[in-house]
This record gives sequence, structure tokens and C-alpha cells, in this order.
Amino acid sequence: MKKRLVDVLVIGAGPAGLAAAIAAKEDGIDNLLVLEREHNPGGILRQCIHNGFGLHRFKEELTGPEYAQRDIDKAAELGIEIQTDTTVLAVDGERHLVTCVSSRHGVELIEAKAIVLAMGCRERPRGALGTPGTRCAGIYSAGTAQKFVNLEGYMPGKRVVILGSGDIGLIMARRMTLQGAKVLACVELMPFSSGLNRNIVQCLNDYNIPLYLSHTVVDIKGRERLTGVTVAKVDENRQPIPGSEIEFDCDTLLLSVGLIPENELSEGAGVKLSPLTSGAEVDDTLQTSVPGVFACGNVLHVHDLVDHVSNESFKAGHAAAAYARGGLTPGVTVQVLDGDGVRGTVPQFIRKGASDSVDLMFRPSGVFRNATCVVTCGEREIARKKAMIFTPGEMAVVKLKPEVVAGLDAAVTVKIERS
Amino acid sequence: MPDILIIGAGVTGCAVARVLSRYEARITVIDRGADVAEGASKANSGIVHAGFDAHPGTLKAALNVEGAKMYPALCQELGVPYSQPGALVIGFTEEDRATLERLVKQGIENGVPGVRLIERDDVLAMEPNTNPDVLCALYAPTSGLTSPYEMTFALADHAAVNGVKFVLNEEAEGVAYGQDGKWHVTTDKGERVCDILINCAGVGSANIHNMMNSERLEIVDRRGQYYLLDRMATLPFKMTMFQCPTRMGKGVLVSPTVHGNLLLGPSAEDIPDELDTATTAEGLKFVLDKSRLTWPKVTTRGTITNFSGIRAHEKNGDFVIGAVKGCKNAYETVGIESPGLSAAPAIGERLGAQIAEEMGLARKAEIVPPVRRSKPFHEMTTEERAEAVAKNPLYGNLVCRCEVVTEAEIREAIRRPVGATTIDGVKRRTRAGMGRCQGGFCSPRVAEIIAEELGISMLEVTKCGGESRLLVGTIHDAMKKEG
Repeated sequence: MKKRLVDVLVIGAGPAGLAAAIAAKEDGIDNLLVLEREHNPGGILRQCIHNGFGLHRFKEELTGPEYAQRDIDKAAELGIEIQTDTTVLAVDGERHLVTCVSSRHGVELIEAKAIVLAMGCRERPRGALGTPGTRCAGIYSAGTAQKFVNLEGYMPGKRVVILGSGDIGLIMARRMTLQGAKVLACVELMPFSSGLNRNIVQCLNDYNIPLYLSHTVVDIKGRERLTGVTVAKVDENRQPIPGSEIEFDCDTLLLSVGLIPENELSEGAGVKLSPLTSGAEVDDTLQTSVPGVFACGNVLHVHDLVDHVSNESFKAGHAAAAYARGGLTPGVTVQVLDGDGVRGTVPQFIRKGASDSVDLMFRPSGVFRNATCVVTCGEREIARKKAMIFTPGEMAVVKLKPEVVAGLDAAVTVKIERS
Repeated sequence: MPDILIIGAGVTGCAVARVLSRYEARITVIDRGADVAEGASKANSGIVHAGFDAHPGTLKAALNVEGAKMYPALCQELGVPYSQPGALVIGFTEEDRATLERLVKQGIENGVPGVRLIERDDVLAMEPNTNPDVLCALYAPTSGLTSPYEMTFALADHAAVNGVKFVLNEEAEGVAYGQDGKWHVTTDKGERVCDILINCAGVGSANIHNMMNSERLEIVDRRGQYYLLDRMATLPFKMTMFQCPTRMGKGVLVSPTVHGNLLLGPSAEDIPDELDTATTAEGLKFVLDKSRLTWPKVTTRGTITNFSGIRAHEKNGDFVIGAVKGCKNAYETVGIESPGLSAAPAIGERLGAQIAEEMGLARKAEIVPPVRRSKPFHEMTTEERAEAVAKNPLYGNLVCRCEVVTEAEIREAIRRPVGATTIDGVKRRTRAGMGRCQGGFCSPRVAEIIAEELGISMLEVTKCGGESRLLVGTIHDAMKKEG
């Protein structure tokens, strides 16, 4: 079996992997390899043909494929090697040894000084919801439907109900409508949407698609193909309220009920995962609990905006390059803790004496209007950020300035205070 | 050479077909499903029962023990997964102890090897996640696990390479013995004529029986709902955990599957519609509540799916197997519910031998050995994987990432003697789509491969036959209709 040695190996050529590879290459890492399981680089952006990408990073509105193409072009210009049609089968975290397979090269072993995990995330399927009913055709995760419509040119159905108000579901409500389908309803279990507000406005409101908050699907009907679903209102404990049922005749149910970082390889590598983010626990350099293994993008925690993914991944790429050169030494860290109103802050640790700014990213645990995010180090307040609204649907970011990071001497707590 | 028609391609029908394929006969198996194993054989607990459950002297008892003994060698021969982790039936009260003692005695009488009563400490030492309130348990070391649909596929494949013809998507609607001395079976597709008729129609078997014989049989359609949980690093139980049957009911099992998932269930509800395999909120809650008795920390975190299957319960409680009384050249297997999967190999041998003898069938000179399925990529070592890709590059194309299934295996599943024609068919033969993403990533690619292999359009690919199409048109069609 062939064994290849590289300095930095990046797993995944979506926006996270591409950004990490570009950063490492720009830092002078030439022996660099990116592995991608699909036939083309670009990741999930390839099927996101709507616009709205890149406003932060490029200050213009791009489609998903356009955004991805900028990084693909940049990678090509830098001479970065991307090996597509290649699936990673296992990562040995201790030996930094990756096993992968492709029809062209067979099974390969690759040993890397540093590894960047950038495998992205997957959609929560129906099974995870425990929704009773039949197991007929016509039930898709929103992303699968998006792939059928946007990449393959097929319509998965004509009369559609969408369960969950995640961004992909909202985007697909509009997409299916524009493509001639009738979207009857978007049904959300929580009293608020988990999608971006702009998507509620542009994808539902603009097309008069009703959003049923605090509702869920309680029955799925149809022996062969879906013939209908029953929707019911839920109480404050998210239990269906008898008598509140609404019947919808539909041939398609799309699920947009959450994304899960895809960390099977990370777990195999011995990387410690956070139960809150389902991604790795990392320090301010995006290094995981396994030395020399870094994680970024949606495999680390699910983002709303690809611009944030890219920024985070540049950081991971720079750190991986430094590690490969022996320039990233382990140090003492302070912990970053979730306070009131905050869930799953990343990074979970900051190295004492770090000199760069650090973006603390987290999901508010509820909806807070006119509130302030306060960050403390021990008893000392070190940052605050006011916002009109904090909501679980939009990841919040609070920047710690370099001089603040340099002075950290105790655990950091992030919380939201109501005004 | 006589024409034999078998109605029903479940595990029983396929076991009978495989045994009869050793004889000179033209054999056809028909089934209303789009695949074999589309009824009870696809949705049950997958347990090869040790055989302590059934009353001594019943067909269930005899055939269960006989079938269970055949399983290890048969699975080896056919290439079907099988393991023998053993089983516990746990009891909590002195009343339960009395029941378990009776079951042990019954097991010994039925000839179940090694069955015995063990006390609390031994139960907790063997299975530490058991409810600590447990008092004692029946221990059956020979209780096994298999994959019920894979067993059915393998039996069908072996029958097919020995000349048995499988006709799917065809439902028997009426049977009559003609003046020509042949059986005439009307189906939704036309009429089939045969010399020997064998009714293995599962939940439909009593209907067919009652068209042939005035001694009516009655099947109750008994639905069982299950939770299937994802594979985990360490399963909470190594063995199949049954609950002691009480006046309150039979209880549910918590068991590993042969593939390393965890199964909770089944419920037991008598329902009016033999095709109603929907799950219900009440049924699933029942399973969860009952499971808690065995496993106090029960969780549905990591649920892959919930599903249900229908057992064909005959009102008198035992299997009905043999010649149909008062009829010429007609045989049947009616009321094949649990332990039907365990008994199926023995049913096949017994009924096959009986038919061959009574009908004077001649043994074939040569029997083609089974064409075993290639070793799954998932189970190969790195070296074996390298060798597999070197021989067939399609092993290098991973299609299902959750269960690690390659394009080579999916194409092979479609090209089997009784090959997959649907998404579910590929799933059950290869496990593609059986994992935690539930086919979200791989189903579009699986559909493409099916379309290529069968020479059909993507729009004709179905999940499970009939109208279960995945797609309703192209985006261009959709736009045209909108004007």
C-alpha cells in the first residue's frame, strides 16, 4: 500500500477546507493535500444556487457556487492539490495517519504533520424526531431535495409541507415555489424560527407561505407515496395539543430540523467532542484535544453564514501551518464557559498569553430583545456587545481584542443580560 | 415435470422454494410485494429463538428448536449474518419466578440446550445495565440473532440459481381446483395454472386457505412497533433481554441486532388492516415505557428509525403446516408468526420433504451451491479493501458514508439472482441508507445506479415499488406546466 507524507492534510474541500488550505499555503506550506469525497470541490455551496453569500467577506452578494469558485480559483492559482472522489475511511489521531480510498488510487495511507478536519455537517433525519406514521416515499431532508432540484434537475414533489424552519428549509420553500410546486406550510416546533430572519421574509412572507410556530407534524400518511400529514399545535412542553390537528394533503414532506456536525472520523481519531455543539472542543487556534489535529467550519459547530466559516477556517489553516513547522507549542489555557442565555461557545479554551484577537461564537439559548452580551474574566468585565435581538437562529459573535486576550488570567464567562 | 406455484416470497415461502429446488419441477414463486421479504419477514425482531417459549407438543416448539439448530450452519452456507449472544428473560417478583421456572422446564422438555434459571447477582454480572430490581432470569445461551430479510434474500437467491422463478408485484386473488386436475390461481395480472399449489402467503394465508377448505382458519393481523437505535461504541446489552410474560402482557425486548444496532419493541396491537404498517404515538410510547422496565436508562437518543411489522397470528395459536385437508396437490403454511423466522429452515425441510414424497418428485442429479454475497467493504481489513479496489475500482467509490457501502456492492445487490430493484431493496441488501443520515446523502446516487442498472429513467425509480416514486418530474416539466 502506498504511503505518502505531507505537512498539512485537509479533509474536505468545502468552504472550510478550501480556506484552511489557502491559509496554510500562503504561510509557505507547499507539501499540502486536500481530500474531497465528491467529484468537485465546493462542498454544499455547489447546490446553494440562491444568492446572499459573501456580504461580509467580499462585500458583495454572491450565489453559493460563485462564492465557492472564488476559493477554488484561488486554490488553483496557489497550486494547491485537491484530490477529489476520495473518501477518508479513518483518522489515527495519535500517529497522524489517514486512510482513504478512491477508485483511481485505491487505498492510500497519508501521514501528515498537521490535520485539518473540515468535513461539514449533515441534516437531522426523520428518525431522530420519532414522528409516527408510515414510511412512504416523498419524505426528504431539505438538502436532499435541494440536491435533486438544483444539481440534478428533478422535482421531488408538487404539494409540499416543510417541517422545521432551518435556513435550508426556508430556501427550499422559495425554490420549490419558483419551480411550480405549491408549498402549503412551514411548521416549526419552537415558538421562534431557527432560520435567519431575512430568509423568513424573503422565502416565506414574500410568497405567502404560512409559518406555523409551536406546531409539529404528528402523523405521516400514505402507503407508497406520501398522501398527507397531520399538524398539531404544541404546548409549552412541546407536546401536541389534542383537538388542534390540521390536515394537509401533500405528496412531499421536507425536513429542516437541524444540522449535526459530521464527526465520525474525529471520534475515531480520539478527538473530544462537546455535547453542546456536537463538534470538537478547541482552543483559540482551533486545535482539538488531539495535538496537531484542527477543526473548522460546520464540522466544528454549525454556522449560519459561510463568511464566518471562511474566517474561522483561515485561522485553522494558519495554525495547522505553524504546527507543521513546529511553531505552535502547547501552553496553559483558560476555559471559556457558557453563562446565562448562552449555549455552546467556541472556542472552549484560550491559551494564556495568546496575542491574536479571538472571536467568541455561540447560540443564544432563547430570544432576547434589546439585550447585552457580557464577557467576564473572573470578576472583571472584558467585553460587551449590545444587540436589538439575540435569537437562536443567528449565531452571535463577540470579539476579544488582542490586548484583552493577552491579559486573560482566569476562566472566561459569556452571558446575555436583559436590559 | 410438475408445475409448482408458491404464493408468498417471505422467509417461509423462500425456504420451501429452496428445498423444492432440489427436485425436478418447474417452480414459480409469486408475491404482491416489489421485493421478496416485503411482509413480516422484513420487520421483526431478528431473533433466532432458543425454543423455550412454545408449549411442548406444538409445531411451534418442535420447528423452533429444529430450525434454531440449523441456523449456524445455514447462515455459514448462505453467507447470512448470524451471532449467538444468548438471551435472558428477566423477572421481578416471586410470581415471575414461578413463570420462569415453568419456562425453564418447558425449554428442557423442548430440547433447548443449556437453558436454566439464574439469580439476580449473575444477571447483573452478565448485563450490568439491567434494572437492579431484577430478581432472577431465565438464561438461554443458544438464543441467536440474524438479519431476517438477508436470510430471505439468500434463500431466494439459492432457490433462483437452482431454477426457481420469482415473480414480484403480482397478487393472488383467487384459487380454484379445475376439472383439468390443476390449480387455477387468479391474480391481479391474470391467471396462473399449476399442478401443485403451496400457500405461504403470511398475513394473507388464511384467506387463501379459506378458498380451498371449509375448515376455516382466521388470521389476526397483529402489529408490532419498534425503535431502532444507531450503532454505538458500547451497546448497553450484549444479549437479547426479554421480559417475563405476565397477566399484564408479554412485555417487550431490548436487544442488539446482528449488525450492532439496538432494537426496542415490539408492541402488540390487533389491527383491521393487514397492510397498515404505520407507527403510532401510543405504540411507540408503549415500547419506550415497557423498555424502561428492563433498561431504566433507556434513551431514544440516536434513534435511526421507528417501524412496525405485522405478524400473522392464527386464532388457535399454532402453526398450520402441511397438506390442505380435503384438497389434492395443495399445501400450506398458515399462522407463521414468532418463532417463524427461527422455524423457517425447518419448515422448509419438513414441508419440502413431505411434498417431494407425496408428489413423487425426482431428485435432481446436481444442486448448484449458493452464490454467496461478497464480503461487505465495511467488514474488510485495510489490506482486504486495498485488494478489493485493485480488482474492482468501483470499491473505491463510497456511496453510503454512514454504513461505508461502495458502488461495487450496490451494483452487485442489483445483479443478484433475485436482485434489488428499489431503494429499499438496495438498503436491505447492502445497508446503504440504513445509517444515521437515513439515506439523505446517498439516496440520490443509489437511485442513479438503480436507473443505470435496470435501464429505467430516474423518474421510474421507487422506494418500495408501486407508486412510491422518488421524483415526480424534471424541473423543465414543472415549468412547462406552469406555462
